[in-house]
Amino acid sequence: MTPLLETRGVWQRFGGLVANSDVSISVGRGEIVGLIGPNGAGKSTLFNLIAGVLPPTQGSIWFDGEDVTRMPAAERCQRGVGRTFQVVKSFETMTVIDNVIVGALVRNTVMREARRKAREVLEFTGLAARADVLASDLVPAEKRRLEVARALATEPKLLLLDEVLTGLTSTEAQTGVALVRKVRDAGITVLMVEHVMEIVMPLVDRAIVLDLGKVLVEGKPADIVRDPKVISAYLGDRHAVGA
Amino acid sequence: MDKDFAARRRRDLIIAAVLAAIAALTPLFVKDVVVQNILILTLMYAGLSQSWNILSGYCGQISLGHALYFGLGAYTTELLFTKFGVLPWFGMLAGGVVSALIAMGLGYPFFRLRGHYFVIATIVIAEIGLLLFHNWEWAGAAMGITIPIRGDSWLKFQFLRTKLPYFYFALVLCCLAWFVTWWLEDSKWGFWWRAVKDNPEAAESLGVVVFNSKMGAAAVSAFLVAVGGSFYAQFVSYIDPESVMGFQFSLLMALPAVLGGIGTLWGPVLGAAILIPLTELTRFKFGGSGRGVDLIVYGTLIVLISLALPRGLLSLFSRPKKTGAAR
Repeated sequence: MTPLLETRGVWQRFGGLVANSDVSISVGRGEIVGLIGPNGAGKSTLFNLIAGVLPPTQGSIWFDGEDVTRMPAAERCQRGVGRTFQVVKSFETMTVIDNVIVGALVRNTVMREARRKAREVLEFTGLAARADVLASDLVPAEKRRLEVARALATEPKLLLLDEVLTGLTSTEAQTGVALVRKVRDAGITVLMVEHVMEIVMPLVDRAIVLDLGKVLVEGKPADIVRDPKVISAYLGDRHAVGA
Repeated sequence: MDKDFAARRRRDLIIAAVLAAIAALTPLFVKDVVVQNILILTLMYAGLSQSWNILSGYCGQISLGHALYFGLGAYTTELLFTKFGVLPWFGMLAGGVVSALIAMGLGYPFFRLRGHYFVIATIVIAEIGLLLFHNWEWAGAAMGITIPIRGDSWLKFQFLRTKLPYFYFALVLCCLAWFVTWWLEDSKWGFWWRAVKDNPEAAESLGVVVFNSKMGAAAVSAFLVAVGGSFYAQFVSYIDPESVMGFQFSLLMALPAVLGGIGTLWGPVLGAAILIPLTELTRFKFGGSGRGVDLIVYGTLIVLISLALPRGLLSLFSRPKKTGAAR
């Protein structure tokens, strides 16, 4: 079976800066894959290329057996790619449920159904009690949750999570982890960017480590954390000597 | 909670019906022609502002060039009428279609612009339209077009002896624009527009085709404003470039919505109900000698409102926000 998502030899250059060089990764159906790496490794760039914010300079991106390299973000969403933003982008003047309805309208053209779908997603993500509050009145952890809810309302096959667990208190992060598991159990494939290793490692089935725009290693979390290349990328060469 | 929502929608509709019924009865009590005139203009601007609000309030694309569509409606109707004998009712429809098409044609390059740049582009385009009509001989150039008087007739939509038909048409226009807004507010388009206004990038990621949403809003908005322009041309029975395409119309469409509450269902109506009578009355009172006093009065009002109630007068009535426990 073809993987759900595949990037083939993807390059992204911004002027003289090479953000991604020859990145080929794949994500299988039903997996939770972590995309990790130190700051400036090119995680966010790769994430945006997959979400369709901009096309890569070179290479191709395949989703569900289809070449989506040049497909705009809105169309990718219709195909089944949902995403969240690292810096939350709620619709601030709209209520929580209205935010989610926007997402639900992708697959429900009748308002009544879109509204019901939105309610369902709010239940699922634990935001039901906040449905009628303005998005601007949510606390940061709730805003993150709203990002996830909105993306889930589009009924994606692949959910792209951009640092949804970063900067949360440990209790909040634990609820976040539980939510991601629940999403996967609902049959949705998850690709998550994180740079906090200790949160993602227990959660993901597989991790891909980017460094300086390239894939450094990929594999089971347990192997990744012991890999000398990963340790030196994160902590500098000095620390890798003994490993 | 969804029942609350449905109940609120129904309540809005009932309030609108009651207000429309009251408005429809006013001519029974108001016989003064000056006052009737003010009522007609108030209803017209309420309708225009409501239409402007679709593109600029809901979809967030602030236009200060809607005078262009107003003028196009007026000119299309009167050119068709005087040159080809087409009845104003068809002219009105034609004007709406022409304006909607031109709005989309202009949207094609300009919807790529954001914020202030978009606003400036709309002002410039409307000024260019004004200049073109000033110099277009066939369309009467600066002399304009005098609508030939053929006696009172619903068919030709002109009335000399009474203003009542104009009053009722303005009322219908206002109700139509309100109803279209009410209907679109709880539709895919309404949600898309608000999403585009708040955050285009996030909207795109949720399957909203941002460009098409803006085009749709522009078309609906321009169509309704052009119908208003056609009406106005029939109402004043003489048009020239300044009197139907001047910058003041762009302002008078934007201000009621801003004053009442931009991007809200009731804002434009409320704003027009206050601003237009005030403008007309001050002009009437101070008009001849103290030129510009009317402008000073409502300029001051706008400044006060934007300082004290930046979200418009309507925010006085909105229920206190529920912020819940997790604050």
